[in-house]
Amino acid sequence: MAERDGTLKPAIGESRIRSKPSGLWPGRLALGFLIVLAGGAFGGLVSEASGDWLRALSFLDARTLAIARFTLWQAVLSTALSIIPALLVTRALSRHQFAGRELLLRLFAIPQALPAIVVALGVLALFGRAGFLAEPFSAISGGRWPGVYGLSGILIAHVFFNLPLSVRLFSQSLQSIPDDNWRLASQLGMGSLAQWRLIEWPVLRASLPGVAGLVFMLCVTSFTIVLTLGGGPAATTLEVAIYQALRFDFDPVGAVTLTLLQLGLTIGIVSLLMLLGGRFADSAEISVVNRRYGSPGIGEALLNLAVLAIASAFVLAPMAAVVVAGLKADLARLAGETAVLRATITSLVLAFAAALLATGLSYSLVSTRNRLAKTGHRQHRRTLLERSCDQGAGLILVVPPIVLGAGWFVLARHFGDVFAIAPVMVVTVNAAMAMPFVVRTIRPAYDAAAERHDRLAASLGIIGYSRLSLVVWPVLRQPLMTGFLFAMALSLGDLGVIALFGSDAVQTLPYLLLAKLGAYRTDDAAGLALLLGLLTFALMMVAGRTRDRA
Amino acid sequence: MTGATVTLRDVRFSFRPVRFCYDVQIAAGEIVAVTGPSGSGKSTLLNLIAGFEIADAGQVLIGDEDVTTHAPHLRPVTFVFQENNLFGHLDVLSNVGLGRSASLRLSPDDRALVQNAIEQTGLTGKERRLPAQLSGGERQRAALARALVRERPVLLLDEPFASLGPALRTDMLSLVQQLHKSLGMTIVMVSHHPEDIAGFVDRIFFIDEGRIAASGTAAELLGDRSPAAVAKYLGNRGQDG
Repeated sequence: MAERDGTLKPAIGESRIRSKPSGLWPGRLALGFLIVLAGGAFGGLVSEASGDWLRALSFLDARTLAIARFTLWQAVLSTALSIIPALLVTRALSRHQFAGRELLLRLFAIPQALPAIVVALGVLALFGRAGFLAEPFSAISGGRWPGVYGLSGILIAHVFFNLPLSVRLFSQSLQSIPDDNWRLASQLGMGSLAQWRLIEWPVLRASLPGVAGLVFMLCVTSFTIVLTLGGGPAATTLEVAIYQALRFDFDPVGAVTLTLLQLGLTIGIVSLLMLLGGRFADSAEISVVNRRYGSPGIGEALLNLAVLAIASAFVLAPMAAVVVAGLKADLARLAGETAVLRATITSLVLAFAAALLATGLSYSLVSTRNRLAKTGHRQHRRTLLERSCDQGAGLILVVPPIVLGAGWFVLARHFGDVFAIAPVMVVTVNAAMAMPFVVRTIRPAYDAAAERHDRLAASLGIIGYSRLSLVVWPVLRQPLMTGFLFAMALSLGDLGVIALFGSDAVQTLPYLLLAKLGAYRTDDAAGLALLLGLLTFALMMVAGRTRDRA
Repeated sequence: MTGATVTLRDVRFSFRPVRFCYDVQIAAGEIVAVTGPSGSGKSTLLNLIAGFEIADAGQVLIGDEDVTTHAPHLRPVTFVFQENNLFGHLDVLSNVGLGRSASLRLSPDDRALVQNAIEQTGLTGKERRLPAQLSGGERQRAALARALVRERPVLLLDEPFASLGPALRTDMLSLVQQLHKSLGMTIVMVSHHPEDIAGFVDRIFFIDEGRIAASGTAAELLGDRSPAAVAKYLGNRGQDG
């Protein structure tokens, strides 16, 4: 019999604590936040439209349909122009083992980190009417180079973002090919084409719907690029039209119609892609090379070299243009401007708050999902709560920031000053926007740690604060930091919500940049773009470093 | 410290598609080996005793205490897993110390106990090492050291030595035997190698399809007159190996 004296440490029977998983409240709280965020926006839209259904419907005219058509058309073109070259680049990259390979993949990670407005300025500095390439292009074409505005500018910027992203995703799926396949291929003497047809293409084709779907969605919901590089009614997307309806035409009912149309479009596309089996979790981790046996012939090597050189130049050039144009600006004067200083501080404070919120919410979803997955395993069935915790972070993919912002904008109008809630909107919507990325950063680490430590911690009674300080923090510090910094970088560069809610009282760096651009202060804009680009780039570098150390 | 009886009264548990049902008593200080095919419910039996699974019906008693719904750390039980017994970011000293205080606030007495346990398990000089710097055997020794300082009357071992080589496995089993001699706790251990432990266990449970299909001494179960199901399992195992 057990002795119930001092040698038996546990206070058995002090309280009958059920060891069934409790503490699902963090996930519920996080989901509640997302539901309020989306529900408020939706409520605002519907209540606005319900006041005047007929007028709302009357906005579904030829002009609106033309905008919707352009939204889809530019996305189709952007996707094709990103995906097809990306396949070539991926293949070229995978065929050779050379020192710069890792470096190239790292270079291809940078565009994702750059704010869209910085990239837009880079494209303008390069291909604009007065850009660095205007003179050579004028010389070649024999006329005056008109500059890239409208569709061409939008496409260049979208490809700049999505070609490198696609290359990284495709490279990742190529990596899933087992080493033995390559050994076998070389033993059988498969040529370059046979390897492509029999080994590489089947794998790439399988990941094609997922990658194409992701790129397509990113382009359909692209706001900043279209706002800055598009122009006139001929090159406007729904998101930009929503913004114009709210900020310039002061026409909430029109905005509601456009927003609901956009929402229908994204929901439709996402459902279609899910049906097709595309996955939305792009996880563009740095890929390492598989060993290949045998080397390509000289002709193919030269071709691959050309492909890689062109792709690298295409990715590097706009970034270089941002730096060169930025350095030409009067940086000293800019740095002394109170508006710049205030915008920088506002940006940093709001981005910090958004990152904190995003990290907290993501952690809540991830931990609750893990708990539920563990209890659900006996039933082989997933509850609604578990599925919501799994997918909830992806809300923003279906309901883009502008849609959320527009909904709250029309709702807040009834309760006083719309612009007063700007900080709250920027923080909450940007947090929601960063959540898919943060969840992706911390979930694998969390699940692995839970798998390893949860039973042990439970059996030793390491709970509450002890669990946090002894088990959770040491193991998850690095992924949490990475996720936080990533979220901060994303939030820092975002123009979506602040474009709607910004005012003289609350200005962020991207907002100020847009204002300078609107006032044709191109040099100032270039200087600010350099500043903003450097800030986000620095955050991403630190984030990447913490991740590599993990 | 002595052992405590472990009683499972008509304990039912379902983990689809298998339904488990255990009705058994293990005497205080007894050493029981649990064997049987994979997926038959060996670990589930231990998990029910330890509180990692909660019975759908029936009672789990340790000593006289009904612990059916107690959280794992509130049961007078120590569990040594097959792997992941140590926190990878904590050194041996801290990992063992967690057995005294879940917040690692150790009194001088606690420290002395921890040091003593580290000596007993042959880990002297390795206190500051991280689990990654230990061999597989040493890691399980550290887990046993923690089991020692926890001073709980029931020790559950879920194949903790399965991944070790035969010689090391024998070493570890004799360490367990030695600990049992000095502390007298009740031990329930899962093993795929009943012949390894035949020498020192009091009883063997043979588990099949979620229930204890046969139980008896090593001689009864492993000898010439072993029940058909057990003989088949042992025979199959021989062919696999």
